[in-house]
Amino acid sequence: MSGIPHDHYEPKTKGEKWIHSRLPIVGLMYDTLMIPTPKNLNWMWIWGIVLTFCLVLQIITGIVLAMHYNPSVDGAFASIEHIMRNVNGGHMLRYIHMNGASLFFIAVYAHIFRGLYYGSYKAPREITWIIGMIIYLLMMATAFMGYVLPWGQMSFWGATVITGLFGAVPFVGEAIQTLLLGGPAVDNATLNRFFSLHYLLPFVIAGLVILHIWAFHTTGNNNPTGVPVRTTSKEEAEKDTLPFWPYFVIKDLFALAVILVVFFAVVGFMPNYLGHPDNYIEANALATPAHIVPEWYFLPFYAILRAFTAEVWVVQIASFLTGGIVNATFFGVLAMFGSIGVMAAVPWLDTSRVRSGRYRPMFKWWFSLLVVDFFVLMWVGAMPAEEPYATISLLATTYWFAYFLVILPLLGVIEKPDAQPETIEEDFNAHYAPKVGGTTTIVNPAE
Amino acid sequence: MNMIKTILLSALVAFTAPAAFAAGEKGAPIENIDFSFDGPFGTYDVNQLQRGLQVYTEVCSACHGLKYVPLRTLGDDGGPMLPEEQVIEYSKQWEVFDADLDDFREATPVDHFPASGLATAPDLSLMAKKRKAFSGPYGLGINQLLYGFGGAEYITALLHGYTGEEKTQAGVTLYENKYFEGGWLAMGPPLYDEAVEYADGSSNSVEAMAEDVSAFLMWTAEPKMAARKQAGFAGVLFLTLMSVLLYLTNKRLWSTVKHKD
Repeated sequence: MSGIPHDHYEPKTKGEKWIHSRLPIVGLMYDTLMIPTPKNLNWMWIWGIVLTFCLVLQIITGIVLAMHYNPSVDGAFASIEHIMRNVNGGHMLRYIHMNGASLFFIAVYAHIFRGLYYGSYKAPREITWIIGMIIYLLMMATAFMGYVLPWGQMSFWGATVITGLFGAVPFVGEAIQTLLLGGPAVDNATLNRFFSLHYLLPFVIAGLVILHIWAFHTTGNNNPTGVPVRTTSKEEAEKDTLPFWPYFVIKDLFALAVILVVFFAVVGFMPNYLGHPDNYIEANALATPAHIVPEWYFLPFYAILRAFTAEVWVVQIASFLTGGIVNATFFGVLAMFGSIGVMAAVPWLDTSRVRSGRYRPMFKWWFSLLVVDFFVLMWVGAMPAEEPYATISLLATTYWFAYFLVILPLLGVIEKPDAQPETIEEDFNAHYAPKVGGTTTIVNPAE
Repeated sequence: MNMIKTILLSALVAFTAPAAFAAGEKGAPIENIDFSFDGPFGTYDVNQLQRGLQVYTEVCSACHGLKYVPLRTLGDDGGPMLPEEQVIEYSKQWEVFDADLDDFREATPVDHFPASGLATAPDLSLMAKKRKAFSGPYGLGINQLLYGFGGAEYITALLHGYTGEEKTQAGVTLYENKYFEGGWLAMGPPLYDEAVEYADGSSNSVEAMAEDVSAFLMWTAEPKMAARKQAGFAGVLFLTLMSVLLYLTNKRLWSTVKHKD
């Protein structure tokens, strides 16, 4: 599968040969599991496994929850209470599903920022990156629709606000909004289509995850040095890599277990910590909550959405140039999608020849600032739309766009990168010196 | 590793932040009460739940309802744990509408508590979860781990937070309460000293009754709390053991590849 030379699956027994000549599925699994993986991967390379686990966890708990859930405006809220009170283990299923969404997003943000720091998006991994961004968008859509299902106050008003954004699109906005809602306002039709899509999209994500893995198994993993694996001969490749099984499977499982300790502590001891108390009030179209706040993982982009008010001069210029078609709301919507758009375009915005941020002295600082910027946006996203938060969110939004559109293209030109190691082996040995005169023995359980 | 440090630091900021968002402009700050169900190992006090059930039955239920709570759960482990015959006996005092009969009938344990009798009185089933009173100083999440959600504390505070001031607005009498958002609410002070007579001779001051009924309402909101904490604890324990074993496996596995000086 990958361009890195390695041993492929050879059917040995008669039975294996019989299957292999008809459907080489064992070979596919073998090659996937035994893929040569750079041996210097650090602990930021564990999030993929965590994400895969989250997807499976959410699908399994979700399927069982769907057996007891009632997608109707009269029954949804009560059916959640039915799950919490009467279904065997229902309270655990629901709390795991609820907090599982948060774990999913913690992992995806760590995964994305790891990619941004180590240049995992750069050639030849652009398609992996783009598929990842699509997965991330679908995750947000799935999580948003899932949050509507309990039919609490935040479900209802969150849905009203977010679908209202589509109404801001000129000309076609109202039609899109009506299509999303299945009517003029959030109601039974909305709940039904959201339930249907919330059930469907995770399987679309699962399909894209397979493509995502296929893509980076074709190019090979990136690694902390950004230096590619030597592919001239199998001997050299083996000096840079180790098979995924068992080395990285065990390492990743260890990390997953540690993360799940924290996860289970949250589920068991404070399952409502990340939730909003208003969602324990049944949806009421006549009572608007004081603050409509989305779930924490949407906050950075919610802040960007709200940053552009009619007073901001860029908005005024845009409005003037387009004869009022681009108003403040629509500008906010464009900015929100644009902020993910620039991230998706980063393979072509980053001009540096050096892949890993480890060898880019200036980049390191700008990147650290981007991480801080992300958390600042998350913080102001939860604040009421008033000063000083409005100004802070505008500044933070500006930095977000500046990082991708100005800083990254310029850095590649003006920055003088540090020396990179020649090979992955050299980097690895710098950390873990080889035995004097000895060669390393590699455990290969397949032999 | 510079980046990891930055991310961890920022994560810390983010995790301490959500609770801070909740603060501000609401009623007077709510003090923590040492409820038996706080903390990772806290459980409900059966006697307190039974006393709280009595306060609910004799006082609150005049206007409020508990429509999501099945009467049979009064006998459940981790709840008020009434014996079966008492649950049957207790249920009989409520009237529920039966669609098959098209009439009201005496409730049995399979029915739920009746809904609110007064349209303006909110249902209390989830009251302790729909009010987040505090998340501890500086909004540190760890405080919620130790002191709970704060909903029960909010209910207690509200029940004895009346200042005694009244005003009439649009024909409705409003009562001032220092813990209520906005300061004025339509519910008059529901409790007065010795409002109920406890069989076990416990204190029936307003504060004591308020705490008892708050504990009961925490149970109606989170009836599976004990089972959840137990499952959480088992999960943490099992996964910690798993982590140790996987750590050792990982170390052993990589020792042939890594050679530290």
